[in-house]
Amino acid sequence: MYDKTVRRRRAVLGLLVACSLVLLTAYFGESGGGTLHSIQRGTSEILNPVQEGASRALKPVRDLFGWFGDTIAAKGQVQELRSERDRLRSEVLRNEVRKDEYDRLSKLLELDGALGLDDYGPKTGRVIFQSATVWYATIRVDKGSDDGVEVGHPVLNEEALIGRVSEVFSGAAQVTLITDTTMKVPARAGARQEFGIVEPASAGNPTNLVMSLMQPGARVSVGERVVTRGTEPDDRRQSLYPVGLPIGAITRIENEGTDTQRVHLRPFADLRSLDFVQILTRPRGPRT
Amino acid sequence: MTALTVSLLARLAVLGVLGVVVQTAAVSQLPIAGANADLSPLLVMAVGLLCGSLAGGAFGFGVGLFADVVSLQTLGVSSLVLLAVGYGAGRLREARDPEGTLVPLAVGAAATLAFGIGFAIMQFLLGVDAPLSWTLIRQLLVTLLINTLLAVPIYALVRRWLHAAMPDDPRRRRRRAYTTGGLSPLSRGPELRR
Repeated sequence: MYDKTVRRRRAVLGLLVACSLVLLTAYFGESGGGTLHSIQRGTSEILNPVQEGASRALKPVRDLFGWFGDTIAAKGQVQELRSERDRLRSEVLRNEVRKDEYDRLSKLLELDGALGLDDYGPKTGRVIFQSATVWYATIRVDKGSDDGVEVGHPVLNEEALIGRVSEVFSGAAQVTLITDTTMKVPARAGARQEFGIVEPASAGNPTNLVMSLMQPGARVSVGERVVTRGTEPDDRRQSLYPVGLPIGAITRIENEGTDTQRVHLRPFADLRSLDFVQILTRPRGPRT
Repeated sequence: MTALTVSLLARLAVLGVLGVVVQTAAVSQLPIAGANADLSPLLVMAVGLLCGSLAGGAFGFGVGLFADVVSLQTLGVSSLVLLAVGYGAGRLREARDPEGTLVPLAVGAAATLAFGIGFAIMQFLLGVDAPLSWTLIRQLLVTLLINTLLAVPIYALVRRWLHAAMPDDPRRRRRRAYTTGGLSPLSRGPELRR
């Protein structure tokens, strides 16, 4: 009797391990449109409304936790924000002068001025799901192909670029965040508009990105802003990320001034607490 | 080993689905010190401790597979790691039958650590092209700490949920037998001497 029980237990264990390995191998071996991927997408499609409902139902709990977290974090930020306020005051004065000059030049050259986000067809979505593991930097929002969302569309929160759409369902979309190890964003940095590629510094790190500069010896400084470049680095094709979307600020530079310098930046967006996001459904502008 | 009745299987299925949905819709969106709790290894650990290795392993496989499907992650990764976690917790119960209120806490911590390390190894084996950072290790440690604190309440909730469907809990039966004096040789001493 005991032997029979042990044999049954081992047989079931072996069977489940084999199932896992077969699934793993088959999933890895097939293309994005393969059977397992389709089953996965289909199941997700069915479960999206359930997750949306659960997300809405559990929002008060999230808000309560968020309130505690925000209060603790806010106390620590007071001093930092005071010094930033002083710095921004002087910057505002300088910018007002520059804006006057810009307005006059724009009128002279009959330019339209910078495009607002409205021209890019933004769709506001609620985050209904966040990956449970730090190895997958993904979220899901309640806007999908029914709202004109397509794979590749850039996604922002109220602060900056946070990622791009990687999978679309009828009523939801999976967004891969800029901290995912598969992400690379063409960007430019600083007053000299140095070009480079922004990618995660390491797996599972939501506060540290790294920018590899395209030109050896390009000069950037700590504190300078990094924004999307608007074109692909290889052949200057227009990128799916519109030009000028903020990404982050430079925090430190490794091997500064050398050909191997690595620029570290902190994303402007807090990628650990996302609630509402905007998907740009016309990333190439109003003409598309 | 607990017999897998239809009622128990149904309760395990509801527990697994609910656990993954709550994890992805709420718990993953509640950052605490830069990380968040991960309910799946705790649920699997609790089922393993309560129902044994077979149920623990199968539940771990199911929860992992469902989590991979829902999250659009590589299929088979979570199921393989959680299968090991559930089986290990179940074997611990079958081989040692540990008692004490802090057992779920220790086993929950061990399950979370095993899941975190196992998942990380699988990711690197699958070719994640990024270095291991201190932040990642810190996140794993914070998750370990949060999960250790949650282990006892989660275990209590799971036990409460599965209680009605577990007719042959050996610990409960043993305790009942001793407290009612039915099987204790001490209480049966005079009877035996006669």
